[in-house]
Amino acid sequence: MNARERLIRFLTTDPRDVGCEEAMAILHVYAEVAAQDPVAAAERYPGVAAHLAACGPCREDLTGLLAAVSGDA
Amino acid sequence: MEQVAGLDDESVAWLRVLDPAATDHTDGLARLHERLLRIARAEVHRRAVSISGPEIDDLAHQAAADAMLAILAKRDTFRGESRFTTWAYRFVILEVSSKLGRHFWRRAPDTLDDEQWERLPDRLGVDPHEQAEARRLAEVVRVAVDETLTEHQRSVFVEVVLNGVPLDALCARDQTTRNAVYKTVFDARRKIRAALVANGYLETSMRQEDPS
Repeated sequence: MNARERLIRFLTTDPRDVGCEEAMAILHVYAEVAAQDPVAAAERYPGVAAHLAACGPCREDLTGLLAAVSGDA
Repeated sequence: MEQVAGLDDESVAWLRVLDPAATDHTDGLARLHERLLRIARAEVHRRAVSISGPEIDDLAHQAAADAMLAILAKRDTFRGESRFTTWAYRFVILEVSSKLGRHFWRRAPDTLDDEQWERLPDRLGVDPHEQAEARRLAEVVRVAVDETLTEHQRSVFVEVVLNGVPLDALCARDQTTRNAVYKTVFDARRKIRAALVANGYLETSMRQEDPS
């Protein structure tokens, strides 16, 4: 990926992106589906998936929650 | 508390023991706190932030204690959309994020007040071999930022994108929410992109939102 493509990727926003507040409100629900099947979670909650793809801190929270849930199994 | 329909046995057991009227309520609180503390410690370690020794434990204890308070205050809002523990663990994960954001300022780099536009290509992951294009890219974005963003958008963009200040650190300092900071950067990205299309740096085919 060249410099211009990287810039375009950074500047591209997804209109489906629900934002941090909405994504965090159902993170536990999303995590349980994602723990079984990440693709199914993204298909069921496309706005949350779009947000998690763009927001590093929320993605980090999902990773932490998945680790917590899997450590609990 | 009213019983939520369709819950798994473990969730039912947690809700029962967290009821203050339960005979084993104190034991239940202790067990939940123990779990939250274990998860908080693991999460701080997982994030591998520049914290060590007693600070890790302090932060984990604070996160577990605050998560515990939030869970007890909000347990009536649990709707059974997930297992109770998944719902509860979310609180401690978010507490760890928030506390790490606050901790950032204890060891923040001295250069945070500078606007280091030459860092932009690095932030975007541009190959160092593309130096000429990287310089041009930084310049066109700087002009777009100066000409199109509001003062607030500009300030947040510089801190988050150029200086790499974590969103949660800004939230802690400015007493705002992660959503508000994210939305500011989101809007800034859209405006910068529109400006770069308008001035011809990006192709007109990039006018439309592209969710790919």
